Parts: sequence; structure tokens; C-alpha cells
Amino acid sequence: MDAAAVIDALTRLVPGATYEAAPSVDFTTVYTSAAGFDETCRVLRDAPELAFDVLIEVTAADYFPRAPRFEVVYHLLSTRNRARLRVKVRAGAADTVPTVYGVWRSAGWLEREVYDMFGIVFDGHPDLRRLLMPDDWEGHPARKDYPVQIRKDAQTYAPLEITEEEFRANLERDRVGRTKH
Amino acid sequence: MAGLRTETMTVNMGPQHPSTHGVLRLVLELDGETVVKADSTIGYLHTGIEKTAEQKKWQQVIPLVERMDYIGAQSNSLAYVLSVEKLLGLEMPQRVRDIRVLLAELQRLSSHIFWIGTHAMEIGAVSMLFYALRERELLLNINELIAGFRFFPSYMRVGGLREDLPRGFHDTVNAFLERIPGKIDEFEGLLTKNDMFTRRTQDVGVITRDEALTWGLVGPIARAAGSDYDVRKYFPYCGYETYDFNVPTASEGDVFARYRVRMAEMRESVKIAKQAIGRISPTGAWGCDDPRVVPPPKDKVYTEMEALIQHFLIYSQGFTVPAGEAFVPVEGPRGEHGVYIVSDGTNRPWRVKMRAPSLLACQALPTLIEGGMIADIIAVIGSLDVVMGDCDR
Repeated sequence: MDAAAVIDALTRLVPGATYEAAPSVDFTTVYTSAAGFDETCRVLRDAPELAFDVLIEVTAADYFPRAPRFEVVYHLLSTRNRARLRVKVRAGAADTVPTVYGVWRSAGWLEREVYDMFGIVFDGHPDLRRLLMPDDWEGHPARKDYPVQIRKDAQTYAPLEITEEEFRANLERDRVGRTKH
Repeated sequence: MAGLRTETMTVNMGPQHPSTHGVLRLVLELDGETVVKADSTIGYLHTGIEKTAEQKKWQQVIPLVERMDYIGAQSNSLAYVLSVEKLLGLEMPQRVRDIRVLLAELQRLSSHIFWIGTHAMEIGAVSMLFYALRERELLLNINELIAGFRFFPSYMRVGGLREDLPRGFHDTVNAFLERIPGKIDEFEGLLTKNDMFTRRTQDVGVITRDEALTWGLVGPIARAAGSDYDVRKYFPYCGYETYDFNVPTASEGDVFARYRVRMAEMRESVKIAKQAIGRISPTGAWGCDDPRVVPPPKDKVYTEMEALIQHFLIYSQGFTVPAGEAFVPVEGPRGEHGVYIVSDGTNRPWRVKMRAPSLLACQALPTLIEGGMIADIIAVIGSLDVVMGDCDR
């Protein structure tokens, strides 16, 4: 299925979204707008001539300093039609992209990883936290303007300090709590 | 016992737990021995390989991608070199394609043998680990023979292979392929009808075909649930369409089904490897003849000025890859492996992203273990065959 056929089917089924064929060397690639993106994905999964039932991969590439700087890349697979498709969404640093977690479950962590590494926010994601980096990490490491090697002081926290009286009171409270029933 | 106040208990499992295959951490909410809720936490092995790869030349990335999925190293490098060759528009000679198929199947055998050893050990059949590692040692010896390196041979190169096959390669591989079917019988004899093993694995961690696909678990996990998707059959690469092999499937989708599928896959891998070694001549081409990528033969470097310049350029500056993007997936031991690469037309990659089957398996893990018993968690993790190096990269 070439890009023209995919765009044809999509424009017929999804009003209000725009599509654009992209050059590729491996398989069909289509740019789409963030507007109407979840509807596009639903059609890509459910329309019988498309039937892309597996979301293989979500990732992004940072083309800094070009604007818009990000491209979010979705690799789809149709086990029924033996076809692959790459869908790309352009996003600026301040833009958000609708989540596709409602269409394919595998998007959950894949989108979290993109958020973690690039700082792209996925609208409507149920649990958009960092995935690979620690929760208190600053910055998004895969961005092109993020340095490769940096020296950072180890992050430390004030030790938990309680007095002996507080400690004994806690013990007492726990003991009472356990024997209450 | 009516009126007894009960409450759930939160237990932290990992990240330093021997049966979490490295550093997977699970936060479990338990009601007695039943898992009410599970949350998997990853990232303890994140080393920023993809960011590092952007600083390297194209050829220098190969040792890095091999260290992602460290149990199936050559499957990663195969996926990477196929993607780069796609962008470069290179066609490999038939002999190189056959050697790559052979190495990919030996790597799958190596990974599955290691998997059966650890998986069975975690369930309680400790001696399986020693039987399995004895056979894997022979595969590591083959790696050592071709590249002098046992775990990460970096033998696949963009443009072909690192060098020609060593003397004695055919004999070593043939001896291994003669020996291993009997050993697989032995493994199955110890486990398939073992009452303890079947009771620990049947009807545990069940996933349906549609669930497996929506969670992206294409590979042995989806095939154990009734899907027949295999990259080697659906999108053949390296000439897999010319090999005679079957894709084993099962329909139950439980831990035991995944065990049966992987054991059958090992037999199919032996079948493919036997066909491949029969096609490979002992000496011949080990790379394509594109002078942009493959250095000229050594005797020409010593006698011809142009060859010397070309050799110098390839080893000092590397080669450039036309701008664009490519994703060529291969069937790895854990499912679909693929490297998405973006080039900006220079001698270093702009973006390298590994598709990690283990990441998706860890994501789906809570749905498989919630509602089950705490002891089943170990069996389920083992059956998903997660490698945390692949998951965290």
C-alpha cells in the first residue's frame, strides 16, 4: 500500500485532519497533523483496508535548531494485511501531541519514554511520568541541545532525623495500632 | 473468622532480586499470597546508549547496539547493519546473507538455551541451568572462533562482515548442530512432562492473542497465544524466504505455551542453521564491493596509492550515509528487533533508536500477574524472557 492509497483512505474517513506523503527508502511514510490524530489512529486500527493492529514503536527525533524541532514517529504493523506504515507528527517545543494509549496499549510506556527523553507532552496520557531517568532528573537527555557529558554534583537529601522521644512515640503508636482489632 | 480486620501489604521486589533477570523492580500490593496490584519500575540499567551512538561514526555504533540486548547480541547488530545498508542502498553477496542467517539462528539458540536454563532454575529445576550453560558454552566458543570475543563479537559490519570465516569454522558448527538436537530432547525430557514444572506453568500468566498484539508483544509471546506473526515469514530479510522452516505456535497463551513455542523454535533454528552452513563455502566474499564502505584488500593497500587513500579515509573519517531514515526489523530471540536510524547525510548518525521487546514485556507484566499468586510472578517473568539491558538501554 503506497502513501497515496493510505492518504486517500484516511482523508475519506477522517474529516478535519491533513496528510502529506513523505519520502522513504523502506516502507510507506505519512506526515499527519496533531489535530484529529487520535481519530486518525482509530481509523488506522479499525478500517479493514488498513487494519494496523500493532503499534511497534513510538519514538521521536530532534531536528534542533530547525522549527518545528521534533518529529514524533509511530511505526505500525498490520498482521492481517502484512503491511507496515510510518506515521509522523511534527511538534514544536511548546506543542503537545494527543496520546494513542486509547488505541494501542503499547503506547503507554513508549510515550512515557519519549516524554522522558525529549520532553514532548502527550495530551490525555493517563500516567505521563519519567520512565528511564530518575524522577528528579533535570532536562531531557535525548535533546540535541542537552550536553553529552556533564559534571553534576551528586544529589543528596537531608537525612531523616527524629528525636529519641519521637522514635519511641512512633513505636508505641504502631504497637497500639496493630493490637487494636 | 468473621469480623477479622484484613489489610493489603505492599512489598518491594527487586531491583536486586536474583529472579528479576537483572534490575527489574516490582512494587506489589499483596492480599495474603494473592497479587492485587503490581507496578513495574525500570531504568536502573539505563546507560544512554542511544545518546552515545549519536557521537560515534556509523561503524562504531555496532559494539554499542550489541550491548543493549546482551543475551541476543548479534540480533541487535544485524538489525542495525540492515537499517544502515538500506539507507546506503547496499546489496550483500549471497554468501554474506547466508552467514548472517546462520549467525542469527545460532544467536537465537544461544539466547533460548540461556533462557531455558534460567527460567527452569527459577521455577526450581536448578540442574537445568548447568545443562543449558554447558551447551551455550559451545556457542560462545563459536563466537570466540569468529571474532575472538565471546559475548559481543561485533562480527556484523555495515557492508558485510568483519573478515572471512576462520579455518575450522564449518567443522565446529557442524559438530554443534549434530550434538544439540539430542540435548534439546534431553531438556524436554526433563521438563515437558515433569509434574512440578507443568503445574507451575500451566494456566499461569495467560494472555490472549489480541491482548498480546495491542501490548506490542510480537514474537514468541504472541505466537504462544495464537498469532503466527514472524518477521522472517512476513517480511523476509537476508533471504529467509529461501529456507525451509516452520513457525511454531500455540493457542493457550500461558507460561507453558511460551515454553513449548521456544523449545520448538530451537529445533527450527537448528533446521535453518543446517541449511545455511550447507550453503556457505569455506572461503569467499565476506563483504560487498562498495568502495565507500568496505576497505580495499590489504595487498592493494600496500601497492596502490588510491587503495591506500581509501583505506585511510574509511578508518579515519568513516563513511557518510545519505540523509533519510530507515527501520528494518529482524526476528530476534525476544521478538521483533529493529533499529530506527536517522541520518543527516554525515559520517555520524543523527538518531539511533532500538525497538526493545523487553520494554514492552515489562510494561505488560502487571496485567499478567495481577490476580495471580506471588510465586507465579517468577514463572511469568521468566517466560517473558526479559533482558534488562534491552529494556533500559
